[in-house]
Amino acid sequence: MSFELPDSVLLARLQFAFTITFHIIFPAFTIGLSAFIATLLARAMWTGDDQYRTLARFWTKIFAVSFAMGVVSGIVLSYQFGTNWSRFSVIVGNVIGPLIGYEVLTAFFLEATFLGILLFGWDRFPRGLQLVAAIMVAIGTCMSAFWILSANSWMQFPAGHEVRNGIAYPVDWLAVVFNPTFPYRLIHMVIAAYLTTSIVVLAVGARYALKDIHAAHARTMLRMGLGMALVLAPLQLFIGDQHGLSTAKHQPAKLAAMEAHWDSSHAAPLVLFAWPNAKTESNDYEISIPRLGSFIITHDWDGRFKGLKDFAPQDRPPLPQVFFAFRIMVGVGLFLIALAFFGGYLWWRDDLERNRFFLWIASLSWPLGFVAIVAGWMVTEIGRQPWLATGVLRTADAASPLPAWKIAVSLALFLLVYGVVFTMGIRYINRLINKGPAGPLHEEDDALPNRPLSAAKPAIQNALAPGDAS
Amino acid sequence: MEWYLPVIWAAIIATAVAMYVMLDGFDLGIGVLFPTTRDESERDVMMNSVAPFWDGNETWLILGGGGLWVAFPQAYAVIMPAMYLPVIIMLLALVLRGVAFEFRWVAKPNHLAWDVAFSGGSLMASFAQGVILGGILQGITVKNGEFAGGSFDWLTPFSLICGLGVVAGYALLAACWLVMKTDGRVADHARGMIRPLLGLVAIAAIGVSVWTPLEISRIAQRWFSWPNIAFLWPLPAATALLGFIVWRGVARRHDYAPFFATLGIFLLCYLGLAISNFPYLVPPTLTVWDTAAAPASQIFMLIGVLLLLPVILGYTAFVYWTFRGKVRHGEGYH
Repeated sequence: MSFELPDSVLLARLQFAFTITFHIIFPAFTIGLSAFIATLLARAMWTGDDQYRTLARFWTKIFAVSFAMGVVSGIVLSYQFGTNWSRFSVIVGNVIGPLIGYEVLTAFFLEATFLGILLFGWDRFPRGLQLVAAIMVAIGTCMSAFWILSANSWMQFPAGHEVRNGIAYPVDWLAVVFNPTFPYRLIHMVIAAYLTTSIVVLAVGARYALKDIHAAHARTMLRMGLGMALVLAPLQLFIGDQHGLSTAKHQPAKLAAMEAHWDSSHAAPLVLFAWPNAKTESNDYEISIPRLGSFIITHDWDGRFKGLKDFAPQDRPPLPQVFFAFRIMVGVGLFLIALAFFGGYLWWRDDLERNRFFLWIASLSWPLGFVAIVAGWMVTEIGRQPWLATGVLRTADAASPLPAWKIAVSLALFLLVYGVVFTMGIRYINRLINKGPAGPLHEEDDALPNRPLSAAKPAIQNALAPGDAS
Repeated sequence: MEWYLPVIWAAIIATAVAMYVMLDGFDLGIGVLFPTTRDESERDVMMNSVAPFWDGNETWLILGGGGLWVAFPQAYAVIMPAMYLPVIIMLLALVLRGVAFEFRWVAKPNHLAWDVAFSGGSLMASFAQGVILGGILQGITVKNGEFAGGSFDWLTPFSLICGLGVVAGYALLAACWLVMKTDGRVADHARGMIRPLLGLVAIAAIGVSVWTPLEISRIAQRWFSWPNIAFLWPLPAATALLGFIVWRGVARRHDYAPFFATLGIFLLCYLGLAISNFPYLVPPTLTVWDTAAAPASQIFMLIGVLLLLPVILGYTAFVYWTFRGKVRHGEGYH
C-alpha cells in the first residue's frame, strides 16, 4: 500500500486555513477585551472605585496571554503569503500589499508598543497614562480589523484596479480601500468581536455567581457582559441581514452556496436543513420553509435570486462546508439573542444572580462567540473559492513553486506547536479565571523575598544620574 | 518608472530591518543567555527587563517582511520559498518564545518547560535569522523570476557561520542590555560574558568580511577598487574602535557605553553588507529595480511611511523612556 501526499495547493490551503483559524480567535477576543479593560479603567478613574481597577487588572492578565498568542500567530500569517503563496504575492501584491502595510504602520505598532505600559503600569505610572495606553491598544485592535477586512473585501469583490499581463495594478485607492462590501464586513466582524468578549465576561461572572465567590466582581461582570450582549446580539442580526443583501448583490455564487439554492426562481424557500449534493445539483433530505428564502435575501416574498446552476461547475464554491458553516453561525447568533433576552428579563426582575438555570447556561456559553466567528470566517473564505481574488486570481494559480513534502512537513510542525500552545493557553487562561480577581492591588506582598526593598528607588535615580552615563 | 522610488524603498526596508535587529536582537539574546544561569530570580529579572518591549520589537520584523512584500513583491516571492525551511523554523521558534513570556508566569512553579521554550525558541529564531541572511548573501537560484533552486541550497558552511554570528551578536547585545538595565548579581554575571561574546562576534564578522570578497568578485571589486577603498576604509576602522570601546567599558564598569557601542557595531556590519550587495535584493540576479512594485503602490505606501514612521519612532522612544532605569527584583504585573 502506498501513501500519496495531497498536492501542494491543497496542503498550502490546509495550512493557511489552520493557521488563520487559530489566529482569528485571538484578535477577535482582544478587540473586545481591550475595549472592556479601557472601560473598566475609565470607570475606576471617574468613580474612584478600586473594584473596577482590580477587575481591569484581572482581565489584563488574560488579555496578555491571548495577545501573545495573537501576535505570534499573526507574524506567521504575514510570512505565509510569501512562503506558500508567492504567486499571490506577485499577482495581487500591488493592491493587497499596501493594505497590510498600513495595518502594520497604523495598528500593529500602536497595540504592541502601548501594551507594555498597560501591562506594567499598575504600580509604576500615573493612572491617566495607563488609561491612555489601554485606549491606544483598543484603538489599535480596531484599526487592525479595518485594514485586514479592507484587504479581505478586495479579495472578495475586487474594485479600483486593472489587470495588465495577469498582474493587478491599483488605479483608484479609495475604491480599493473602501470596497462596496467592506462596511458590512467590518461592522459585522467588529460587533462579532465585541459580542464574543461580552459573552466571555458574562460567562465568567456567571461562573463566580454559581460558586458564590467574588460576589461584587461577579455582579459587575454579569451586568456589563449582559448589557453589551443585549445591545449587540440583536444589532448583529440586523447587520448580518444587511451584509447578506450586499453578498447577494456582489457575490451571488457565495450566497447561493450559503442557501444551497440551485435554481434561480421566484419565491424561493428557506432551506433549514439539507445535504447539498453537487452531483445531482439538488438537495437531499431538504427541510425548508416556502418563500422565506426570497424574503430574507431580497426582502420580497416573490423575490428572485441567483441559483448555483447559473454558475459553471468550476466556478462554484465547495458546498456542504459553506452551507453548514453558515447555519452554525446563524444558529449561535439566534441562541445568543435568546440568552441575552432571557438574562435581560431576569435583570429586570432583579433575579439575575439567583437564577441558577440562567447562570449555568451562561457560564457554559463562553466558547459560542468563537464558534460563530470561525464559522462565519469559513463562510466568507470558503464561499469565495475557487477564487483567491474573485475574477482575478484562482487559488490553484496562487501557490508557491514548492514540493508538497515541504508544505506537509511545515503543516505537521504547525499542528504540533499550535496544538501545544493552544492547549496550554486555554489551560492557563482557565487557571487565571479560577484564581479570580480578588487579591491585593499592589503586589508588593507577592514580590520575591530577595527584593532589595529600600534600594529600589535610589537605584532608579542612580541610573538616571548624568555621571552614570558614558 | 521613477528610478529613485525603489531606492527609497530599499532604504526604508533596510531601516526597518536595522531597527528590528537592534531592538529584537537584545530580547532574543536574553533567551540565548537564559541557560547561563539556573537561578530563578535572576531569570525573572532577565525576562522582566525585556517583557514590556518584546511585542513592539517584533513588530519591526513584520514591517521588514511586509515592507519587502509591498515594495518588492517579486523579491519577496523568490526569497520566501527559497528560505522556506529556515523561515518556518524561525516563525515556530518565535511562536514558542513569544507565548513563553506570558505562559511562564502563569505556569509557575512548574515553568521549566517554558524556560526551555523561551531559551530554545530564542536560540533557534536567532540562528535561523543568521542562516537566512547568509543564504541570501551567497545567492539564490532564479529562473523566469521564480525561485528555481533546491530545498537545501541555503544550507552551507557560510550560512551556518552567519547563523552562529547572529546568535553571538544577539547574546552580546543582551549581555550589554542587562549591564545597562539591571544591577547586582544579574549585571555582574552579564558583564562577565561580554568579552567572550565580543570575541565570537569578531571572529564571525571577520569571517564574513574575508569570505564574501574572496568568493564573490563583484563584492571584492566594490570594496578594493580605487576610489572606493579610500571612502570605505573608515568602516572597518570604526567597527574596530567600537569593539575597543565595548572591551574597555567592561573594565571600567560603564553601564551604557557597551550597549550603545555594540549597537554601533551591528549598524556598521549591516552597512557593510548593504554596500556589498546594493542594488541586489536577490543576489546575484534581481536588483531593487527588477523587483519593484507598481509606482502607484510604492507611492501610496510611502505617504503612510513618511507620515507614520516618525510617530511610531516617537511613541516607541516614549515607551522606552517611560521604562527607563534599572529593573527591580520582583517587578512585573503577574
